[in-house]
Amino acid sequence: MPAQTIIFEPDDKYNAFLKVCNKPSHTNGKLAGITVAVKDNISTSGIETTCASKILKGYVPPYDAHVVGLVKQAGAAIAGKTNMDEFGMGTTTENSAFGPTLNPRDTGRVPGGSSGGSAAAVAAGMVRMALGTDTGGSIRCPAAFCGIVGLKPTYGRVSRYGLIAYANSLEQIGPMGKTVSDVSTLMGVIAGYDRHDSTSQNKPYDHIPRADIKGLKIGIPAEYFGKGVDPQVAAVVKKAIGRLEELGASTVPCSIPSMEYALAAYYVTCTCEASSNLARFDGVRYGPAADTKKSWHDAYQEVRSAAFGTEVRRRIMLGTFALSSGYYGKYYSKAQVARENVRKDFQRIFQEVDVIAGPTMPTIAFRLKEKSDPLSMYLADILTVPANLAGIPAISVPCGKSEGMPVGLQIMGRHFEDERVVDVAYAYEQAVN
Amino acid sequence: MAEEETQVIVGLEVHCQLDTKSKLFCGCSTDYRSDGPNTHVCPICLGLPGAMPALNKRAIEYAMKVAKALNCEIVNESEFSRKNYFYPDLDKAYQITQYDKPLAEGGYLEIESDAGGEKKIRLTRIHVEEDPGRLVHMGNVERGKYSLVDYNRAGVPLIEIVSEPDMRSPKEARKFLNKLRATLEYLSVFDSEKEGSLRVDANISIKGHERVEVKNITSYKGVEKALTFEVTRQKNLIRRGQRIERETRHFLEGRGVTQSARSKEQEHDYRYFPEPDLRPLRVKSWVDGIVLPELPDARRERFMAQYGCSLNHARTLTGDLKLANFFEKVVSSDPKGLSPLASTWIADTLIGELNYRDMGLDPVDPESIAALVRLLKAGTITDKSGVEVLRVMLDQRLKKEKTETPDAIVTRLGLTKTTGDTGAIAAAIEEAINDNPKALEDYRNGEGKAINFLVGQVMKKTRGKADPAELNRMLNEALKKRGA
Repeated sequence: MPAQTIIFEPDDKYNAFLKVCNKPSHTNGKLAGITVAVKDNISTSGIETTCASKILKGYVPPYDAHVVGLVKQAGAAIAGKTNMDEFGMGTTTENSAFGPTLNPRDTGRVPGGSSGGSAAAVAAGMVRMALGTDTGGSIRCPAAFCGIVGLKPTYGRVSRYGLIAYANSLEQIGPMGKTVSDVSTLMGVIAGYDRHDSTSQNKPYDHIPRADIKGLKIGIPAEYFGKGVDPQVAAVVKKAIGRLEELGASTVPCSIPSMEYALAAYYVTCTCEASSNLARFDGVRYGPAADTKKSWHDAYQEVRSAAFGTEVRRRIMLGTFALSSGYYGKYYSKAQVARENVRKDFQRIFQEVDVIAGPTMPTIAFRLKEKSDPLSMYLADILTVPANLAGIPAISVPCGKSEGMPVGLQIMGRHFEDERVVDVAYAYEQAVN
Repeated sequence: MAEEETQVIVGLEVHCQLDTKSKLFCGCSTDYRSDGPNTHVCPICLGLPGAMPALNKRAIEYAMKVAKALNCEIVNESEFSRKNYFYPDLDKAYQITQYDKPLAEGGYLEIESDAGGEKKIRLTRIHVEEDPGRLVHMGNVERGKYSLVDYNRAGVPLIEIVSEPDMRSPKEARKFLNKLRATLEYLSVFDSEKEGSLRVDANISIKGHERVEVKNITSYKGVEKALTFEVTRQKNLIRRGQRIERETRHFLEGRGVTQSARSKEQEHDYRYFPEPDLRPLRVKSWVDGIVLPELPDARRERFMAQYGCSLNHARTLTGDLKLANFFEKVVSSDPKGLSPLASTWIADTLIGELNYRDMGLDPVDPESIAALVRLLKAGTITDKSGVEVLRVMLDQRLKKEKTETPDAIVTRLGLTKTTGDTGAIAAAIEEAINDNPKALEDYRNGEGKAINFLVGQVMKKTRGKADPAELNRMLNEALKKRGA
């Protein structure tokens, strides 16, 4: 069918886009003419893809990520590439080499991260839908902070081929949108088996959200309402869960004891994988050319020290250390054990309940530069990383406000029950709108 | 020094390229050798951001074939790992290989030991990994202005076969390699003629002393050369009372010496961890479905039984797939009749003449060798003439001249054996005796050896065409006539 062109000239006050495609073409299909923004760590053929890093400045992929191909085939118009924390490393989108993205709900606050550009673009109405990626909460956090819907699919449900890896064993590409229906529609386009991704599963998503949740059992983990969680945020979320009960669901208190080690397991795993994934960026083939007469070894050091941001260098160093001979057993192996325990905890709980609900983030969106201490920023991921460690689906849906800022309700489900978490979010959304 | 004090201990790590059509993790062709640099590449084997490996099943099947042929145990679950290090030929800055969960463990390969008889060389493991790219240095590696990278080779499947330290001499190491090569070729998973298809790292020590790793050996002959150099070097150090350093040395093929690698290169910490983009391999159940072809040892036994080859001839003939096939083609028209002569003529004479010319077997067609063997068998030409005909045949092929059949060469050079009572031999005998009265004298005086001298003279005069048995008989008669 003939391709059509639309004009896309958004007023990007929030620095949501790193690259805008002014005249994207599109075909017919499920997403015909719908503008979809793509996070800048997802490869787009012919469109510069930088992961918000100087080291990839000027890199134009010769191929489309699998999901980008699917979105195009469905008729969508690729609107541009969105800002993010460099290589996905952050919770605020402040760690971008090209400046932070601002939260459209309050420009004094961060949009969350690392898919902050995608969330802001949707929240500000610049695009209808966006693709994000979620390694430890990077779709759900900005969705919660910006008041939109974001789904982290079950690990393996969406192909990662073309996603510039940060932490392969944890991350998934997922849909972001203003409504659960939009998120579900985009999920239907991107899910399914891809022979190029050996971890992908043959589980297509063909689902229309249903608001009926009568008889649903919802687990409420104590850890999601305990220490470190802002009481006002907790109250908003509890009220939202009350609405779900009014719709016919019942709640069951539960506990995820392994959460004590979840953050540590998460940060060891992701930094280890990142230290290896990012090693290929050596200045030889991507990024600013090393104009040096030094030996290759020295030239690599020069380029990498100059072109990676502080947080990226920190995580590369942490991961390199944790994988070093003599430390592997102390860190990486232990992290995998802790991870297995998280998985088992969820398995146990899911024998009794259908979904688990709690806040997406322990607080509302931070003020810009509020999280200058990396450790306090890491702590903000506590409620999102368990789903990544276990590989289960999790959605964040807006559920009210605290201090005038959006709060996200997080629904987690069993492996490959993405449809169910979508339904629960949809039921809530329909009930309050 | 007593013998046991200088006992040589050798273990090998052999990397072989598997002869699959496509690379280990992508669909790119492995047939890159005649093409320009970076023409057999894609996002995956270039390690472009976002590209992911997808395992080539065929490569695993090939590796399992090898494992089965080498009597290894396929493990229940094996795993790919990342070996992290920076080097410009390594596109992702890590190599996908296998570390603590290799595909196969144990196993052995039988070789002919230096002491004679068969000897089992135990294997530690076999694992699968990807080949890195290749650097082309402009100038030399130390002083060149720059280097170019060719990723055509990147991602070609390799197997690494690690042996136990069971070899006791450089010669045994060469035999191990030759046997391994033959086995891999019988399995149709490896092409030894492809440049760079085999690379060897060798661990060598003198009993009771530190072990040295010699890296970068890229030829079959190189292994024996490198190890022989090391044995001499290490023994000399011991003799002088010096300590052998535990170190890595590089083999400089051109100079035939090993050289200590800079210590920096030994300090690699590869930070192995499981490759998160590939799932664990559970393929043990495939083993039963793998049907092995006849392997060198079985074929050797068959050659002895079926063709009556001697052990040594059978070993030589079956030690190379092409040679074994060649032999069977040569004798195919008349196995019983041709085999005895064909095995000697191929295993000894032909191989010797080919090696002398540094020539491969490919240009030689079995039919012409069969024709030559038939001439010998019919007694049309003598052995000596046979060698002459063979040399002409090989030279024509080497120089790419027009080739002649053995019969044509015999006719052209007039090499047909002079038989029986034809006057030529009798005349030559008479001439030889007359020209060498001293020999006749010696013979009369009971010096039997003198007859050998006369035989030589007659052969010379008949240009080797005389049948040796006939000649002996006639010469004896002639000498008798003269009262000797």
